[in-house]
Amino acid sequence: MSFVTVRDVWKSYDGRPILERVNVDVEEGEFISIVGASGCGKSTFLRLLLADELPSRGAIRIEQGHRAMEPNQERGVVFQRYSVFPHMTVRDNIVAAESFGTRSGWFFGKRLRGARERADETLARIGLSHVADNYPATLSGGMQQRLAIGQALTAQPRILLLDEPFGALDPGTRLAMHDFLTELRARTKMTVFMVTHDLTEGFKLGDRVLVFDKPRWDPHDPGAYGATITYDFDARDEGIPFQTIKEKTHVPVSA
Amino acid sequence: MRLINRRPSRPVAVLLAALPFVLIVIAYMIGSDLRLAANPQDKLLPAPSTIWDTAVRLFTEPDKRSGRILLWADTGASLRRLALGVGIAAAISLSLGVLIGLLPYARRLLSGFVAVISMVPPLALLPILFIVFGLGEVSKVVLIVIGITPFLTRDLSQRVLDIPHEEIVKAQTLGASTLVIALRVVLPQILPRLISAIRLALGSAWLFLIAAEAVAADVGLGYRIFLVRRYLAMDVILTYVLWITFLAFVIDWALKRLSGKAFPWMGAGL
Ligand SMILES: Nc1ncnc2c1ncn2[C@@H]1O[C@H](COP(=O)(O)OP(=O)(O)OP(=O)(O)O)[C@@H](O)[C@H]1O
Ligand SMILES: [Mg+2]
Repeated sequence: MSFVTVRDVWKSYDGRPILERVNVDVEEGEFISIVGASGCGKSTFLRLLLADELPSRGAIRIEQGHRAMEPNQERGVVFQRYSVFPHMTVRDNIVAAESFGTRSGWFFGKRLRGARERADETLARIGLSHVADNYPATLSGGMQQRLAIGQALTAQPRILLLDEPFGALDPGTRLAMHDFLTELRARTKMTVFMVTHDLTEGFKLGDRVLVFDKPRWDPHDPGAYGATITYDFDARDEGIPFQTIKEKTHVPVSA
Repeated sequence: MRLINRRPSRPVAVLLAALPFVLIVIAYMIGSDLRLAANPQDKLLPAPSTIWDTAVRLFTEPDKRSGRILLWADTGASLRRLALGVGIAAAISLSLGVLIGLLPYARRLLSGFVAVISMVPPLALLPILFIVFGLGEVSKVVLIVIGITPFLTRDLSQRVLDIPHEEIVKAQTLGASTLVIALRVVLPQILPRLISAIRLALGSAWLFLIAAEAVAADVGLGYRIFLVRRYLAMDVILTYVLWITFLAFVIDWALKRLSGKAFPWMGAGL
């Protein structure tokens, strides 16, 4: 039994199909990279996994559980921007990952001190100790994304969803973030879905690379059909992109 | 060099900022001189020295009958009404704004209603308020509340909607309930917006206050101005107008300082 099961998922907006017949099984601990043309529905797919939006048809389950109706603690997320709370210090952003699940959203006294200590350990691990008391606006883009990832992981989600998390970073910072993420994953064995525009990044980090594309194309009405997973590459072994195709593709080779 | 790229140096900048004020004072002095030369009894444009003497008298000399210094009594009464009205309006609009911005059900229920209510001219309701609440303090405070709450509510609910959806989703993935999202994500980010919205609404608040006081009151800045109008006491009116302007300016400045101090995470965003 696979860990995350996506079964015959369709999604349309205002009757316009964006995704159609998406099927995929993901094992626990796998790192899935998602690539595809701009506007083909990668973020939409991620929002479906997140349960921020519900599929028009089909179902997404984690460990055969219930279909989620809204985002919850099982799913962590990091967006390209706006992923941390601007009105909280760096440390409080990490503490919030623990305290938000409580009734009032606040920790007091001993619990607060405990959470702060754990937050400081997390910050030391992600290299943000020296800015613990700063507000996110004073951090560089790479530091903000490190904070966002640290925050998401503090809540101990079962799957981590990343939507172009390094899209706004310069190439050098990107490489540093790759190392950061690789090391983090080696430690947590988290199941990750990451949307990226950078194929190299996708193959470098991912165990599998899913390609979203439209299998059918109506030249008179480009919006007539939705996108689906057209390729599912095995990206292990240094991510050399001409690996065996693991699953059957949904398109004839001529398409 | 293009005009858009020319910038005044520091002394010139100060001079330019002072210029309109200086001009208006000079214009007043000339007008006052001309009228007084024609008729020493003229009351319309009293000489600046007269205004100064009146101001000193108003600020320091107690009223013969009541023994109170009227200007301070007026100031206290008016500021109390203003603070109550603005405070109540802020509390209502903060709650409504968060509800409307955060809950689709509340949005459907209230946003159309608030939009329509905000079209009602508050001063037209003043007679109704006097009938319902009497001529006392309540009707004046209520006028301010009715006058600025719709504007504040619309502004704040829009600000709540402007909070990036990503943040709300993130909070949910951290296990936050609706209440926690409202209290820990939305409210703190809305408070600085509340202060800037209040700064914008204060002008209207003063307007409603003075209007209500002019119609029915026995103490208050607006009441006094409209009372002495009967005697054409321009020196008193002008002193009061300058005083009200000064108060409004100080309140605005204090609010600006407050939001800078209380919300350091806003950075230069205000
Ligand atoms: N809430 C929505 N309502 C209507 N249409 C939407 C909505 N969200 C997305 N779409 C449409 O769905 C399509 C896919 O959007 P999506 O953001 O998933 O693309 P993407 O693959 O993430 O693109 P990019 O690589 O540019 O981020 C777009 O054509 C977009 O206009
Ligand atoms: Mg996208």
